[in-house]
Amino acid sequence: MMRVRLTVNGRAREADDVWEGESLLYVLRERLGLPGSKNACEQGECGSCTVRLDGVPVCACLVAAGQAEGCEVVTVEGLAPEGELSTVQRAFVDAGAVQCGFCTPGLLVAADDLLDRNPKPADADIREALSGNLCRCTGYEKIMDAVRLAAARRCAEPEGDRA
Amino acid sequence: MEFLRPAGWEEALAAKAEYPDAVPLAGGTDLMVELNFGHRRPERLLDLGRIAELKEWETDGDSVRLGAGVPYTRIMEGLRRELPGLALASHTVASPQIRHRGGVGGNLGTASPAGDAHPALLAAGAEVEAVSARGTRLIPIDDFYLGPKRNALAPDELIRAVRVRRADGPQQYAKVGTRNAMVIAVCAFGLALHPQTRSVRTGIGSAAPTPVRAREAEEFLGGVLEEERCWESGRVVPPAAARHFADLCAAACSPIDDVRGTAAYRRRAVGVLARRTLGWAWEEYRGSARATEGAA
Ligand SMILES: Cc1cc2nc3c(=O)[nH]c(=O)nc-3n(C[C@H](O)[C@H](O)[C@H](O)COP(=O)(O)OP(=O)(O)OC[C@H]3O[C@@H](n4cnc5c(N)ncnc54)[C@H](O)[C@@H]3O)c2cc1C
Ligand code: FES
Ligand code: FES
Repeated sequence: MMRVRLTVNGRAREADDVWEGESLLYVLRERLGLPGSKNACEQGECGSCTVRLDGVPVCACLVAAGQAEGCEVVTVEGLAPEGELSTVQRAFVDAGAVQCGFCTPGLLVAADDLLDRNPKPADADIREALSGNLCRCTGYEKIMDAVRLAAARRCAEPEGDRA
Repeated sequence: MEFLRPAGWEEALAAKAEYPDAVPLAGGTDLMVELNFGHRRPERLLDLGRIAELKEWETDGDSVRLGAGVPYTRIMEGLRRELPGLALASHTVASPQIRHRGGVGGNLGTASPAGDAHPALLAAGAEVEAVSARGTRLIPIDDFYLGPKRNALAPDELIRAVRVRRADGPQQYAKVGTRNAMVIAVCAFGLALHPQTRSVRTGIGSAAPTPVRAREAEEFLGGVLEEERCWESGRVVPPAAARHFADLCAAACSPIDDVRGTAAYRRRAVGVLARRTLGWAWEEYRGSARATEGAA
């Protein structure tokens, strides 16, 4: 067993008694009380567990906990301050892109990353950026709408206001 | 289980020498699946994630020394000119999340016949830099794949890098699957034109127990291009020759029926991919030949 120290959503965190073969996803959900990242397939296929690891979106289920030692992790819980919604989150609600919601946290993290890199994505860019995220309810059209809406709103916002 | 986290390359080699059973962990996109599902319970994991030189590449003369841990995303963004075949292949791997973590060292470590790096490496020409505390050896890519998920590494060896010949002509990569993302290849084909040596090289994925080259097809096409003086004139490859090339590529397969496709389908599809990639690559070669002519 080992101890893992990392920064999650801007806060220094520590997990004890971590099994060496355990995933970052397990640590987040079961040891750090952050159940936002979902556990569905545990094999990288669905993207429900997408988090940012040192800035880039990855499947938390495929990162060994020990590999995240000293890293910065951002989960869906870190996209907006407690009780508020980020532009992307708000757009998902407004566009009706959330059905059962299981895929939503992973999609939000992936979409947020896309808009940071590419504020005006073409549809093909959106499809590519979200190609590792499956929606079991198959609400892809609304998800596309939500990302287009978020992009438009983020572009309309003054720089400083961006969540 | 023990989690070994060497801070540098020498330390990693020493650990592997002391514990040859320690399982290297790079991006984890193959290995973590096995751990999550309890298919594998190694005594020790050897995390290579902190070793900076594995995440870098150098271009020295005729080849690119690509660190084993450079993620696919960086290959497809940064090495499009030097290694176009591998960059195209990298783009077909899984999803952005997987491409941010997985890399060629892990693909070679797993040595799945369906790994997307393999056909591109076979076609470009490459050597695997295998290192242990005993020293370094360069394993020609043609000798690296020994069987399904078996490679030529010794138990105490780690892959430091793969040395890939820098492209001297157009390269292509094509893959058959049910979607544009997140597909393990039903079959795949890599093709590289090497105008400097006036040769053509190929790589076939997912259609034999290991990734393979279609050597007879390469020799046949090389002969035709020479005889017809196609390299100099840039004229089109005679259609009958392109068809025969495709047939020879299909004949180089020894596929099986599995959940992703039948053997017969694979053989046929490899022929189609061979003809298409040859068409694209040769068009590009002719374009660049014309451009040079125009400029002269
Ligand atoms: C959802 C999903 C989709 C996928 N789709 C594709 C696809 O489309 N195409 C494809 O080719 N692959 C695919 N893969 C497989 C995987 O992503 C690739 O094989 C990838 O290249 C593995 O690299 P890695 O760094 O993650 O390897 P790891 O999982 O870290 O390691 C893989 C193996 O290589 C060994 N190894 C790693 N580094 C070294 C080294 N330096 N020296 C010696 N041994 C080493 C490990 O011990 C292990 O046995 C997919 C995987 C998932 C989960
Ligand atoms: S739970 Fe990680 S990708 Fe599905
Ligand atoms: S909303 Fe149900 S899985 Fe996407």
